[in-house]
Amino acid sequence: MSLNRYESQVRGPLVEGSKDYHQITEDICRPVEATPSKLWWVGFIISIGLLIFGVVSVTMEVMYGTGQWNLNKTIGWGWDITNFVWWVGIGHAGTLISAILLLFRQGWRTGVNRAAEAMTIFAVMCAGQFPIWHMGRVWNAFFVMPYPNTRGPLWVNFNSPLLWDVFAISTYFTVSLLFWYCGLLPDLATLRDRAKLKWRKLFYGAASFGWTGSTKHWQRHEALSLVLAGLSTPLVLSVHTIVSFDFATSVIPGWHTTIFPPYFVAGAVFSGFAMVQTLLLITRKVLGLEEYITMEHIDVMNKVIVLTGSIVGIAYLTELFIAWYSHVEYEWFAFRENRVNLSSPYGWSYYLMMGCNVLSPQIFWFKKMRRNLLVTFFMSILVNIGMWFERFVIIVTSIYRDYLPSSWSTYYTPTIWEIGFYMGTFGLFFTCYFLFSKFFPVIAIAEIKHILKRSGDNFKEQMEKDENESLEAFEHANAHH
Amino acid sequence: MAIKKFITGNFYEEAVLFPAVKKVRRAGYKVHDVYTPFPIHGLDKELGMKDTDLHIAGFIYGITGTTTAISFIGWALARDWQINFGGKPFFSLPAWIPIMFELTVLFSAVGMVLTFCWLCQLAPFVKKDHFNPRSTDDTFVMAIECTDKTNEAEAIAFLKEAGAQDVQIQSRETGWWFGRYDRETVRFGKKVAAV
Repeated sequence: MSLNRYESQVRGPLVEGSKDYHQITEDICRPVEATPSKLWWVGFIISIGLLIFGVVSVTMEVMYGTGQWNLNKTIGWGWDITNFVWWVGIGHAGTLISAILLLFRQGWRTGVNRAAEAMTIFAVMCAGQFPIWHMGRVWNAFFVMPYPNTRGPLWVNFNSPLLWDVFAISTYFTVSLLFWYCGLLPDLATLRDRAKLKWRKLFYGAASFGWTGSTKHWQRHEALSLVLAGLSTPLVLSVHTIVSFDFATSVIPGWHTTIFPPYFVAGAVFSGFAMVQTLLLITRKVLGLEEYITMEHIDVMNKVIVLTGSIVGIAYLTELFIAWYSHVEYEWFAFRENRVNLSSPYGWSYYLMMGCNVLSPQIFWFKKMRRNLLVTFFMSILVNIGMWFERFVIIVTSIYRDYLPSSWSTYYTPTIWEIGFYMGTFGLFFTCYFLFSKFFPVIAIAEIKHILKRSGDNFKEQMEKDENESLEAFEHANAHH
Repeated sequence: MAIKKFITGNFYEEAVLFPAVKKVRRAGYKVHDVYTPFPIHGLDKELGMKDTDLHIAGFIYGITGTTTAISFIGWALARDWQINFGGKPFFSLPAWIPIMFELTVLFSAVGMVLTFCWLCQLAPFVKKDHFNPRSTDDTFVMAIECTDKTNEAEAIAFLKEAGAQDVQIQSRETGWWFGRYDRETVRFGKKVAAV
């Protein structure tokens, strides 16, 4: 029985207020069962608007081709692949929180994992749009699948990182979705059994797959979660590694770097946590879940941000140092002239990236800053901007000047349709997130109940009292020896 | 499955539930199941359940994925349609590792989830009888199956003594059927039969 397991008194409680199991159900189900607020509708309508803008932009691109995006022979990957890598990166925090922290037995993941996993799924959906529509002749997109065809059959190139990406991202999406939904089953059953309205009974009845909470089912559920976490941990590392291979296996100066895989993974976790912060700070406020997503959660996530931000910083400097130290003329030119040189056309973006990703997170060495909501929110936005510019720097500054100066591009700026496409994915992301926060519990109810008697406010207090009493008794008994 | 008679008891505390499970089992009652709103570690052992073999199934699915990837890519690139990529060998294993890994994970995860759903009879529109809706909220519901030898009044008293509350006798279907939760449906339209 793990109920009396020792829990460190150094860590703050993860569930605030004196809660019991029923109160947890009430608190987390309330936003799902109440009619949506005005704020929800405003946000939802804005998201739908953005989504429509995105659909129009993509339609324009399909009609006119990728030239519609100001892409040319030199800059073949502009905003779209930047956005792709950015969204995929954001999609890494969810699985990191749910899988890696599950393996490490981190209790604090329970408050944030459900929303973070949902964020992952939506972010990967957004990411997937970019390579698909970037194909130009998108009606031939199914050519990436290895199926027997009349062209030989000519198989896809299994040696190509771009194909690895197809497999990595589709696998990642599938596994994240399964992991997320398996975790949702017990909570949907809770909603089903509480349902008063007919449509709720029908919807949650169908969605909860007939879950009853039988001990045997829970035992299998636990085994399943653990193995899925074990599988997702290397998976999450592999996905951004493979995304980095899209660049690292090429011979473009600025991309041809062995440091890319760990550097990309750290950056992905960094940007993912920033996005989790942005979303959860709003979610906890709007849905009134401050007692479940506590300062303690925000504090630890800020610690992850300062850690990964610093890893990313080391990677930037290492990359720069190696470019110089390697004496590879082209590599050094790409770094010196296209990035570090502030007066070069895109020099500003390099410094923006450095400032947002490396310098600004250092503020989180201070506990006061880590526990300041306004600072955290501002920083999370800053990191997201910085990480977008990281991908922009990598992609655009490496390719706008290639080996042949005569083909050096003029200054590349995106068109309105390219921006519209990016905005459209924000629309898709937030539309999904708003619907999720309305129809599904944003916090894993069963998992919170599971940690309540170890990390709940009232239970921790009691534990501390018991501990002191037994300490006093011990001292008393041994005082005369 | 059939409709059977059960004695159900509600427990509010884990600390009461565990000794109760022990007592009930020692007294020779047949515990049908204990329904809980969250996983309680150790309860499966207390109920005398074996460990699940789901992870072994996961391993088998995983190696199936690896084998599928390597055999298909090997066949496609080294046998069926050889393409010369910069003079590299047709059978270039290192370049296939990423896809082999991804398919291992994909097969294992999908296979395990499907197996899990199969074993626990979980699917959209699957309906099962519920002893007490509070078991998905805040209490632990123990169901004892009544057999020919069970003295009901004795069992009820015993369960109460063990700390259970609102002890009841219920007739329930033990299997599953397809149905909607917003409608009262019974499996195959069967009427409650006397046990």
